[in-house]
Amino acid sequence: MGDHQQRVILAKLGLDGHDRGIKVVARILRDAGMEVIYLGLRQTTASIIAAAEEEDADAIGLSMHNAGHLTLGPKMAEALSAAGLDIPLIIGGIVPDEDVEELMNAGIAAVLGPGASAEEVVATVQDAISARDKA
Amino acid sequence: MGTEENQELNAREEWEKEYQKASLRDSNFETMSGVPVEPVYGDDLFPGQYPYTRGIYPSMYRSRLWTMRMFAGFGTAEDTNLRFKELLRNGGTGLSTAFDMPTLMGRDSDSEWSLGEVGRAGVAVDTLSDMEDLFADIDLSQVSTSMTINGPAATLLAMYVAVAEQTGVEPHQLAGTIQNDILKEYQAQKEYIYPPRPSMRIVTDMVKYTTAEMPKWHPISISGYHIREAGSTAAQELAFTLANGFSYVEAAIAAGQNVNEFGKRLSFFFNSHSDFFEEIGKFRAARRIWARWMKERYGATDEKAMLCRFHTQTAGVSLTAQQPEINIARVGIQALAAALGGTQSLHTDSFDEALALPTEDAARIALRTQQIVAHETGVVNVADPLGGSPYVEWMTDEMERQAEAIFAHLDDLGNGSILEGTFNGIENGYFVGEIADAAYRFEREVNSGRRIIVGVNEFTDGDNPEDRNLLRIGAETEEYQLKRLNDVKTKRNQEHVNSALSEITAVASDPTRNLMPAIIAAVKTYATEEEIANAMEVVFGTYVEKAIV
Repeated sequence: MGDHQQRVILAKLGLDGHDRGIKVVARILRDAGMEVIYLGLRQTTASIIAAAEEEDADAIGLSMHNAGHLTLGPKMAEALSAAGLDIPLIIGGIVPDEDVEELMNAGIAAVLGPGASAEEVVATVQDAISARDKA
Repeated sequence: MGTEENQELNAREEWEKEYQKASLRDSNFETMSGVPVEPVYGDDLFPGQYPYTRGIYPSMYRSRLWTMRMFAGFGTAEDTNLRFKELLRNGGTGLSTAFDMPTLMGRDSDSEWSLGEVGRAGVAVDTLSDMEDLFADIDLSQVSTSMTINGPAATLLAMYVAVAEQTGVEPHQLAGTIQNDILKEYQAQKEYIYPPRPSMRIVTDMVKYTTAEMPKWHPISISGYHIREAGSTAAQELAFTLANGFSYVEAAIAAGQNVNEFGKRLSFFFNSHSDFFEEIGKFRAARRIWARWMKERYGATDEKAMLCRFHTQTAGVSLTAQQPEINIARVGIQALAAALGGTQSLHTDSFDEALALPTEDAARIALRTQQIVAHETGVVNVADPLGGSPYVEWMTDEMERQAEAIFAHLDDLGNGSILEGTFNGIENGYFVGEIADAAYRFEREVNSGRRIIVGVNEFTDGDNPEDRNLLRIGAETEEYQLKRLNDVKTKRNQEHVNSALSEITAVASDPTRNLMPAIIAAVKTYATEEEIANAMEVVFGTYVEKAIV
């Protein structure tokens, strides 16, 4: 870690336009001293991977509010691994507890549900990054 | 003094005259203990009188309760059709359709963008065939239907007209509302297809078409709901929504429409959040501001064109995933605020909606919640029962004051045009910036513990995640819908489809022609929603939002 400022890519993957949560998360991470690159709405796995490579991202956060997480989450994780990128992927949004295990098994590093506090958001991202660094 | 007293007397006499004309529900209009109550209290302003702060009708809920309109939609058209019929059997009095994300964005179920989203957050509609199944066995001349769709609204309206026609119901018999509020998409909900200006052309074409052919239809439901959900304050919700309303009025007037004609058919959609008196002040201010602006700025002379009629939905964003059953209490309080604020229709959220689309049980409890407000609390006996309270009147004035400051800013941005000010505010990030700032301020208050959300940052014992019974939409819905779409594509006459689509492109290129007839013709050939969207996109282009945090 040291003087390296952690760099996080945030994006909305697919058609879902609910962006209140991800914008709040962007500011929370920024206030915690991270560098946040928000790609915006209607991103694809390809556009997210391109940005992650270009920006040398330490983590990727996706926001999902339309119940597409079980399809889109694993798809993004597969795309990252196919591109040879070992970057922790975190999903936030409306994700029922019972889906968390399936997402973790599919290679998602962490899931942030509704009501997560700012401390939880920051800690989750930091933990995901350090877990990757240790591995 | 003498004159003032006369005026007061006249206001009361006039109101009484109007009240006598109204037909009333069969009720004793007395308290639970048998005390008869008056239809309204106070003596200067009365409901049904300009500027309608106290309600748009002289007798309000004594004549007719608000419409209990529950928003529903999931899975395939057949799934949602069953839910519709269930709601009607349970005493729901209007239908309200939630479409899935691909439908809302003008994408077909077989588009690569739609993967994982088909039928998840609403019902999937690709072609007229889906619409036929969605409204099967429902007499469209007897129900009023609300459709929450914006970017591709013209196509869905066309499908509704075409389905009705198949069962012998003509456009002029159709009652309902299509949301079609494209401006708030750029500000909050983000379900746009084309850039703002061509989108306004489509909206204006729909206003013209419905004014001529569908007198019982509301062609735009100007919606603050999503602005509030995206994080705005109550006053911003009020101001942005009404400013969007002014923009549609300015666009329609510029297109040669008569403000008295289309003005009657505009309706609104507000959020009812948890700050009880702020919400009630907001609803009252909305009526007053709209009436004044329609009369004074836009020259409406028909009182019906000055009425701010609105639908209300309780605040989805206030629902907690933690201890979800306590959301029933939140919804009850928010529903009560909507009733005290004089809403014309109401959707009450289901307690499980912070986690998933509602189960049938949760949707029933939500409907029952507003039935309790309507039938057990007695608030429907007296119009604007809080009017005259110093606090409520102050709050109403305060909401109006804050809204007027925002109108002045937009007027300035647009050099005397609210429409241009709104376009500019979309382009320069004003709306999204204001909303994101307010959302973050709220989040910081919650996070610091200065604002308590029961079950989230205080009183957190008692959450039982393992007990939850959630509605799950499986992957089979997507497979099934893809098959349906494929069947339709194989059976239809491709030549007819192609020529109908070319005609849409031709009409789109000519701003003097109305798009609606061409779109209606196209849906009848079973052209898909995305094909129709693309036929316009080649002329109108697409909109990509600048990502601003």
